[in-house]
Amino acid sequence: MKISFDPQLNHESSRKRVGWTPRRETRAEAYSALGFKCGLEIHQQLLTDKKLFCHCPAGRYHDHDDYDAEIVRHMRPTLSELGEYDGTALMEFKTRKVVIYRIKNETTCTYEIDDTPPFLLNRQAMEIAIEAALLLQCNIVGELHITRKQYLDGSIPTGFQRTGILGIEGEIPLARKKVRIIQVSVEEDACREVSDAGHVRVYSTDRLGMPLMEMVTYPDMLTPDEAAEAAHYLRFLARSTGKVRTGIGAAREDVNVSVAGGTRVEIKGVAHIAWIPELVHNEAFRQKALLEIRDELRRRIPDPADWKVGTRELDLEALNGRHPLLREARKNRLRLLAVNLPGFRGILSFFTQPGKTFADEIAGRLKVIACLEKPNMLHSEPVEAAPDEALFQEVRQVLPAKDEDAQLLFWAADDDVKTALETIEERCRLAFQGVPNETRKGLPDGTTLFERVLPGPDRMYPDTDSAPIPIEEELIERLRAGMPVGVSRRFAQFREWRVPQDAFAFLLKHNLAPLIERIHVDFQAEPRFVATLLAHDLKHLLGRKRSSQRVPSGEASFQFDRLHGLFAFLKKEGLEREIARAMLPVLLEHPNIDFQSLLTTVGFRKLGKKEIMAPLPILKKKYQKIATSKDPAAAGRWIAGQLRPAALGNLPLRDLAAQIGKGGAA
Amino acid sequence: MSDLFKGYKGPALELLKKFNIRVWSDAAVKTTRGDFRGIVLPRSENDDDRHIVLKLATGYNVGIDAGTVSGMEELGYKEAHYKIPEKEFPVSREKKNVKLLGTGGTIASRLDYKTGAVIPAFSPGELYGAVPELADIANLTTKKLFGIFSEDMGPKQYIPLAEACKAAIEEGYAGIVIGHGTDTLHHTAGILSFMVPKPPIPIVLVGSQRSSDRPSSDAALNLMNAVFTAAHSPIAEVMVCMFGPTSDQFDLLHRGTRVRKMHSSYRSTFRTIGDRPLATVNTKEVVTLTADFNPRREDRTVTINTAFEERVTLLYYYPNLNQDMVEAVIEKGYKGLIIAGTGLGHVNRNLFPVFRRAVESGMHIYMTVQTLWGYVHMNVYDTGRYLLDLGIIPCENMLPEVAYMKLCWALGQSKDREEVRRIMLTPIAGEITLREAYDGYIVMQAGLPEVDEFLTKHLL
Repeated sequence: MKISFDPQLNHESSRKRVGWTPRRETRAEAYSALGFKCGLEIHQQLLTDKKLFCHCPAGRYHDHDDYDAEIVRHMRPTLSELGEYDGTALMEFKTRKVVIYRIKNETTCTYEIDDTPPFLLNRQAMEIAIEAALLLQCNIVGELHITRKQYLDGSIPTGFQRTGILGIEGEIPLARKKVRIIQVSVEEDACREVSDAGHVRVYSTDRLGMPLMEMVTYPDMLTPDEAAEAAHYLRFLARSTGKVRTGIGAAREDVNVSVAGGTRVEIKGVAHIAWIPELVHNEAFRQKALLEIRDELRRRIPDPADWKVGTRELDLEALNGRHPLLREARKNRLRLLAVNLPGFRGILSFFTQPGKTFADEIAGRLKVIACLEKPNMLHSEPVEAAPDEALFQEVRQVLPAKDEDAQLLFWAADDDVKTALETIEERCRLAFQGVPNETRKGLPDGTTLFERVLPGPDRMYPDTDSAPIPIEEELIERLRAGMPVGVSRRFAQFREWRVPQDAFAFLLKHNLAPLIERIHVDFQAEPRFVATLLAHDLKHLLGRKRSSQRVPSGEASFQFDRLHGLFAFLKKEGLEREIARAMLPVLLEHPNIDFQSLLTTVGFRKLGKKEIMAPLPILKKKYQKIATSKDPAAAGRWIAGQLRPAALGNLPLRDLAAQIGKGGAA
Repeated sequence: MSDLFKGYKGPALELLKKFNIRVWSDAAVKTTRGDFRGIVLPRSENDDDRHIVLKLATGYNVGIDAGTVSGMEELGYKEAHYKIPEKEFPVSREKKNVKLLGTGGTIASRLDYKTGAVIPAFSPGELYGAVPELADIANLTTKKLFGIFSEDMGPKQYIPLAEACKAAIEEGYAGIVIGHGTDTLHHTAGILSFMVPKPPIPIVLVGSQRSSDRPSSDAALNLMNAVFTAAHSPIAEVMVCMFGPTSDQFDLLHRGTRVRKMHSSYRSTFRTIGDRPLATVNTKEVVTLTADFNPRREDRTVTINTAFEERVTLLYYYPNLNQDMVEAVIEKGYKGLIIAGTGLGHVNRNLFPVFRRAVESGMHIYMTVQTLWGYVHMNVYDTGRYLLDLGIIPCENMLPEVAYMKLCWALGQSKDREEVRRIMLTPIAGEITLREAYDGYIVMQAGLPEVDEFLTKHLL
């Protein structure tokens, strides 16, 4: 019996079955129904002169093509201290990647390329991280142990990251709940990836070895918005120390997501907090989809142990011309294999993420594990385009296959065929279990791609090249004494200063509260005025400057400390603070201008109250002629507007209105 | 027993005893800095006595200051087992048979909790579990001779090692691989070159600069290349097989008497001095770089000579070297002395009288150069001639460490001045070369455009 099958329709109905809706239309209850849980790992670069374990400069970057030499390495899995091979380790080993490191003399020494053991840990970095751990109310360890955390993707030439815990079990207060902190550690940053195609992955080593701290939360966030809120909080907290790097790539978030019945999946290296809600929303529903797929498969195939793929090699010569991808494969002298997935009809086109299906889960693993560049397969249930029915009819006959099966074709070099087949079979078998432990890469469109099998604690072992470092009570006390005000205290402080709510984010992001405090203490400027000058006027000006100059967002080029100088100048000259608003745009354009010239530029003249108020009678008369409003206060407002330029800086503007009311008499 | 508290001492040990907590306990710890929970790990003996090491559930280790602890409770117990999956080595008739002799060192190592360091502990048999590719290269038979660090190697090991080589040759193996720590790898290569002269098969010494417990280790590739060399190399000599460049590309085969460790930590630390390396090897082929080598033979004839005189020393000359140093050597009854002299083979004139006394006391004194490259030429300056008159004998371009090993070996055979001199100056395994080609001395200098260009193109 022939049943017609429409992948598009199946995709639609599977999406409904999963219950995916756009995030904006998804209510908080939907997440609690899913059993959604989310945790964060924030990686924050620390502001140090040198790298963590060697004396190379930190924070200096080169173009990917600017390098002095290349080094080739491979990675092999090893045993952890407790005696198991780590799952990721085995997967990475299967990929048989050649890893090439581009090194530049200026930023890379023999330490980074693993030809010299580590030098003593950078104390500056350790102290910044302890400070953050204290701010997070963590229990500080008695002794820092450097641990090796395996990364076999090649992103670190040693094959492991040197990392160490400084504090555990802290907490942060969000608006409506407390989020617990698992740990704070200090660690070295990894390479930047230049490219990854086939069996070759290229990295640059300028960033490698820079000091990072990692702040890890428990999975206490129960909605996507809470995840973003916690990320912002942690970011602000890090910045409040004044000792972390800012700018693109200086802070990166890993987000852990799980739903009831699912597993922890880690979305790696999210560059913008704004991306987090969409990514975790889609990940939650992807897990729900995989659970639906599991239930469907178990219904169809009660004993998964019996399930096996069928495979046939096809003759590419004979099939040549049937599809552009097959022509390409023949040109590259690859082998073509057909795989039958018994009972999988409707699974390959099953919705997983917006625009993605279960087939993409397989394709993602083929790319990473078997090194097959995408597009790396054709299958019987494409959603975007109509399936090549004739081709797959033939494939079904050769395999042979039944109506309830699904099929896919892939092409690969001889060496990769075995791994590719194992990868396909493994991913399909995992579908019977539900959600595989994975790390996934977050894309700007809110979907994710397979990156690695999620590593477990088995990849940790002690660094035999470094001795433990005692964290003495005196050090903790010294750091505690110099600690910045905590973020939650900052919120309270802003409220006390009557700073408008919409100014909080900008002030925290750039850690401006200490500056406001200093200006207030040194020059008696009202905190609310300074805060809005920064978070309203300056923010607006910076935004306009960026959009006109196409400066990448994220980094303010302005030296905020110049405002301290500006207020000092105003105080010295006995000028009223309002003129600062007029001076700000010029200061932004010419950051190094001297303040006297700046004053001239905005047209300031030193005038006494009498001189300012002199035109008052004439203005009053003039207003009589042009008045259109019946409002008696309108006259005062118009006249104030006329006198304002002359008054600015000479007279507090609120006094101006009073003077007008009094008729200008002293 | 103290084994329950591996490595702990002082206040930390007292604390563990007080709360009845063993190593490998899953423990909850209350401290003035908050609560911690994890597996109690052994403590490295070199670390202080104030801290307890916990492995947290996340896999990280942390130390807890014993002074801050107010309570500990054992919640469970988990002893670690550290084992490479050991599989039976697949044997086939098409493959050559190779003997792997284990001496210790980082090519076969594992983590040690006591010292927090890497110790030699894998049996060579376990290597196959870690490097399964070996099965594609040869049939491997392993024998663990010792389990010691490279720096602990000495005559007590050299002699059984030479005997084990003889046995393997006579048993018909296609080649021998010796796993060895790298620090004194070239010393062992030197003495074996004399003790097992003109072997019919390759004897390949191999080590690693990055321990085999780490993913970036050079151990696996070195081992594969060494086993390939043992099975297939046309060169039948005592050789050292280690990384050519720092990249995972190929190994160099260095003649045992011309090789030296030249960097404290680099992967490509071994260099042939004063000549070309013998060959490159990349697990698929051995490419010879010279025609001047002892070729592989079908016969199994080998005569080993394990003579060794231990009372020989090596004196590295420096300005202001006091004659007391030489006096002490005379007084202690040393039979032989190698000098690593400056320049062409010189020492300060003030030392002439003491050297005269040394020769008169019967000591055999030989001169090498601390420049490593180049020959001793004692006829160029008066100083040299004077030393010659004293009876100090130049060693041509023998490397100081090799000359040391050879003098131990020669004095083990005879104390007759002429006979020892004959043995010392008759090249047996390339320790003296009659000519030095222009490419025997290559020490590149960075910053020169042509060198930088080469480094960019051809890796480090």
